[in-house]
Amino acid sequence: MRWLLLKDLQILRRSPLQAALLVAYPILIAVLVGFAISRDPGEPRVAFLNEVPADSRISVGGEQLPSSNVNARICRKVECVDVADREEAEARVSSGDVLAALILPANLVDQINSLSTLTPGVPEVEVLVNEEDPVKAGLVSDRIDALLAQANLLLARRIAREGSRYLELVIDGGKLSLIGQEFPILGLRASARILAALEPALEPSLRPALRQVTKFAGEARENLDVAGPLLDRLAQPIRVEKVAVGGSAPPLEIFAIAVAATLTLAFVTVLLVAGSLALEREENAFPRLAGRLVSPTALLGEKVLLGVAVGFAVTLLLLGGLAIFVPLQWDRIGLWLVAILVGAGALSAAGAALGAVAREVRAVSLLAFMVTLPIAFLSLVPSGAVGATLYDAIRIVTALFPFKPALQAITGALDSAGDGIGLPLVHLAALAVVYGAIARLALRRFSAV
Amino acid sequence: MRARALVKRYGGREALRGVSLSADAGELVAVIGPNGAGKTTLLSILAGILEPDAGTVDVEAGEVGWVPQQAGLYRRLTVEENLLLFARLEGHEDPRGSAEQMLELCGLAERRGEVVGRLSGGNQQRINIAIGLLSRPRVLLLDEPSVGLDPRQRARLWEFVSALADGGTTVVFSTHDIQEAERYGGRLLVLADGESLFDGPAEELRGAVRREAQAPEAAERDFETAFVAYLHHRGH
Repeated sequence: MRWLLLKDLQILRRSPLQAALLVAYPILIAVLVGFAISRDPGEPRVAFLNEVPADSRISVGGEQLPSSNVNARICRKVECVDVADREEAEARVSSGDVLAALILPANLVDQINSLSTLTPGVPEVEVLVNEEDPVKAGLVSDRIDALLAQANLLLARRIAREGSRYLELVIDGGKLSLIGQEFPILGLRASARILAALEPALEPSLRPALRQVTKFAGEARENLDVAGPLLDRLAQPIRVEKVAVGGSAPPLEIFAIAVAATLTLAFVTVLLVAGSLALEREENAFPRLAGRLVSPTALLGEKVLLGVAVGFAVTLLLLGGLAIFVPLQWDRIGLWLVAILVGAGALSAAGAALGAVAREVRAVSLLAFMVTLPIAFLSLVPSGAVGATLYDAIRIVTALFPFKPALQAITGALDSAGDGIGLPLVHLAALAVVYGAIARLALRRFSAV
Repeated sequence: MRARALVKRYGGREALRGVSLSADAGELVAVIGPNGAGKTTLLSILAGILEPDAGTVDVEAGEVGWVPQQAGLYRRLTVEENLLLFARLEGHEDPRGSAEQMLELCGLAERRGEVVGRLSGGNQQRINIAIGLLSRPRVLLLDEPSVGLDPRQRARLWEFVSALADGGTTVVFSTHDIQEAERYGGRLLVLADGESLFDGPAEELRGAVRREAQAPEAAERDFETAFVAYLHHRGH
């Protein structure tokens, strides 16, 4: 078996382009997928036209916010591209230079300020979008909804805070600023105190009526004390408390590394083993070997060993490279090695089964891609992202191929707080046996000349 | 080597129907017949690659050298690496010595470092045969060894094979080239539709055409004409 292994490595060495593609392509794909999963999508570019006069001030409850403050708040969430007028905004959206355009009309501040008056207006902003791409349209819609929700929340909090201040004035008294003048407000608490002090000076027949008024002032104060916090809650009536009840999600960067490592391992092992086995028949060496010199089982064992050795080395190389950018727990390296080795074994067995089905290397390579790539992407579909029936079907399909259990094993090995790797390893071992048996049967079919 | 009443079926089709063959040491036997006659199937059974459905083969697997029709070589390895690999797989005690010996035998010692894929078809076939000989077989089975070779390469091939037979190796080869079978085959086995029609020297076949087929003109012309007349007489 070692001579066959040496021969396969010699052939790999003689095909530098093929060997480079075999290693470089999966690593490239893996790193791209890893980054795509782990990285924030970034701030979308949005054209920004602020027609609000520079000296306008948003005034809520006597507190004034400069308009530049509004600009700063908006541009913290998106990459603002200042435009001169509406036409330029439209042109940039149409050309795809920006994802959307946000136009703040000249009367926006006046409309916002009117919210705290007896004749509140409806503040509106204008958003221009290009909906030629449904994915982009969805992204823009979500971003704008989030921006507006944040702006509305900010204003609602300020209005609620102002309402609370008025309530406090009614309860405890104080000074009300209005049109540049201050007016003293007695307040319920002081009113009750004054009425209580007046009671002894009144005729006995009038006292019960005065007690009723004093009692009302007290009850009103107590009830308005409760209304204050209620007003605060109006701004954000529902709060979210997230509790994890199923699974323990690994940190995103660890999951991304596990995905990258598993993708690399899957492509290297499946393609190499399938291609190498098909090559034995394409070169007409299979009848010569399997007829007398090597048993079909030993030939399969050699191919699996080849896949495990090369896949293991490339995956470790990838992890070592990624460790430069993301800290990995090197004290768990024993678990990494076990997860990678067992995963490589099962994936190599799957590659052998594919390689035993077809005769030509090209056909086998295409088949390996057509099986591995969709299975890998299906394995990344989270529960809840699709309908329950479809997800059940995806679970069954992904359970039949070693990618997902290999991903679970490698994720568990990388993440100390994650799930154990025992079950995925058992799953992988079972799949290795099944695919090995399929490969053996398929080879028997091809042993006929 | 003795093979008796070999039967092989592929599904409902009988590829071999009770074919027998014997060959002594140093004998050169040519297996000829039209397409689908069962030539490759017979050689594959003799080589131990295929199991017959019925019949027996009296030859040890280790005594047979198998040279498939299409060269079973690794085109990305060099001539020497191919020979060395198969010598190691054969379990030779001195694989380098064996590879060296085969390089000399097939006349490619000077080109040992060349990648096989860059060699001509004739040279690839010589390595193919050399690998078949690595097991030091008493019986060498060649499946259409001269296909794709030019006349000069073919002549060198048969010179090489004849030398092996002269050294005591039993050689059984299949071919579509009837003239080649007449020239190099000491004995001919004619197969058609899995059935053995004739087993004997080329001159005997001409005689059968003359007597049984009553086609003396065909018997006197080139061997291919005589062979076709014989097949026609036997209903093929």
